[in-house]
Amino acid sequence: MIVRQGKYTLKLTTHPSIIGNAAVAGKTEGEGPLKNEFDRVFSDDTLGEPSFEKAESALQREAILRALDKAGKTPSDIDYILAGDLLNQCIGTSFGIREFGIPFLGLYGACSTMALSLGLASVLVEAEAARTAIASTSSHYCSAERQFRQPLEYGGQRPQTAQRTATAAGASLVSAHRQNKPSVAAVTFGKIMDLGIKDANNMGAAMAPAAAETISAFFEDTATNPDDYDLVLTGDLGKVGSSLVLDLLQKDHNLDIAKLHNDCGLLIYDLEKQDVHAGGSGCGCAGSVFNSYILRRLQSGELKRVLLVATGALLSPTSTLQGESIPSIAHAVLIEAPQKPSGGTQ
Amino acid sequence: MATTGNEYQSMTQKASPPSPKIKDLLWAFFVGGGICTFGQALNTLYENIGFSEDGVRAATPVTLIVLTAIFTGVGVFDKLAKHAGAGTFVPITGFANSIVSPAMEFQAEGRILGTGAKLFSIAGPVIAYGSFAAVIYGLIAYLFRLY
Repeated sequence: MIVRQGKYTLKLTTHPSIIGNAAVAGKTEGEGPLKNEFDRVFSDDTLGEPSFEKAESALQREAILRALDKAGKTPSDIDYILAGDLLNQCIGTSFGIREFGIPFLGLYGACSTMALSLGLASVLVEAEAARTAIASTSSHYCSAERQFRQPLEYGGQRPQTAQRTATAAGASLVSAHRQNKPSVAAVTFGKIMDLGIKDANNMGAAMAPAAAETISAFFEDTATNPDDYDLVLTGDLGKVGSSLVLDLLQKDHNLDIAKLHNDCGLLIYDLEKQDVHAGGSGCGCAGSVFNSYILRRLQSGELKRVLLVATGALLSPTSTLQGESIPSIAHAVLIEAPQKPSGGTQ
Repeated sequence: MATTGNEYQSMTQKASPPSPKIKDLLWAFFVGGGICTFGQALNTLYENIGFSEDGVRAATPVTLIVLTAIFTGVGVFDKLAKHAGAGTFVPITGFANSIVSPAMEFQAEGRILGTGAKLFSIAGPVIAYGSFAAVIYGLIAYLFRLY
């Protein structure tokens, strides 16, 4: 049953489980600290496709197929697929999944899509509207660059606050509760926040207020405090946004999560050795980090309770040119380790 | 008390690392200076092998443009430009790169509406306002008989 708790949070009393998950990544991500966590690393960012949009579609398809395979399911076993990406009209997703024949709910949450799709899939399963649903997302450095910024070979300099869109995809299969699988305990869908940041090269700063708002709403609604959790994992705030979200939580909400906070944009790359400025971003950043490194640690019981807070900057190249500030959003999903953790890989 | 937009702007400024200005300046100075020196060397070379004055004036920029196009095509130019900044952007190399890079990038959308339409997506404003400035300059020169 879904129980509304506080103003924003939905408690899922049966705890739908993530019965299968997969993450795939591109070359640069595959050279990062999580290289051994991904299910597959592509050494060629085109994935053998003639365009980067097609490559992104192939990336997301691969993540979904692997997640299905690991759960022992086929597309015909799935009731809904909830997915999205960064490209115009979400073509990364729709072209990637068009052969599956699964009812499709297309989502746009920018880089918050992993938490948005996982949260909604869990709600559908909890409400018994779906037996099994897929939540997935992808992003591709090259397709994002050409849509949001400059051609790849253009010789320009990027400021230190810029983040690199991850070439990666992640997929989770959500189904009824199973004792030996990680499960979703609560979901908080966030509201749009905009504190006036206009710099599209500083999206971490634009998104930090949304993350702070959703995190504080979650703690307030559930009447819990940071000590009750092992990890608060923000989406892709990168270096700048991560320090700002900690400041905002401390200053506005008197919450100190510094000890249990980490960020997908900081985990996916080695900020010292890889040329990624302030860290990673893109839907596939949170999608792939969550569906590899994090779920593996939940499965083994190393992490018990993780609050995934994926953040999205809801801007477009047009709004940036028109001088608009960047509205942002963050959605939170609470994932718990199985009652009977199984060690090793899953 | 919720943080206001103004407060947040200054928090953001404090949290955002600045660009390494001295390093950027040195890179731009040496790479930009290197390209200009190379251009001068080309000039002298073309003069010595018997090009006319007009010929030299055309041959030097064309050589730099062709070289930039080749370096952009093989994926080297952007790696140098990332460090050199204005050093590669201000000389004619930057202009060449800004035309070749979209031409390569938008091939996937076809020759006409891809490459053709996007060819000047970055250089277009430079050409438009450059021509406009030339017209103004020409007018002033004409009116005050400066030629």
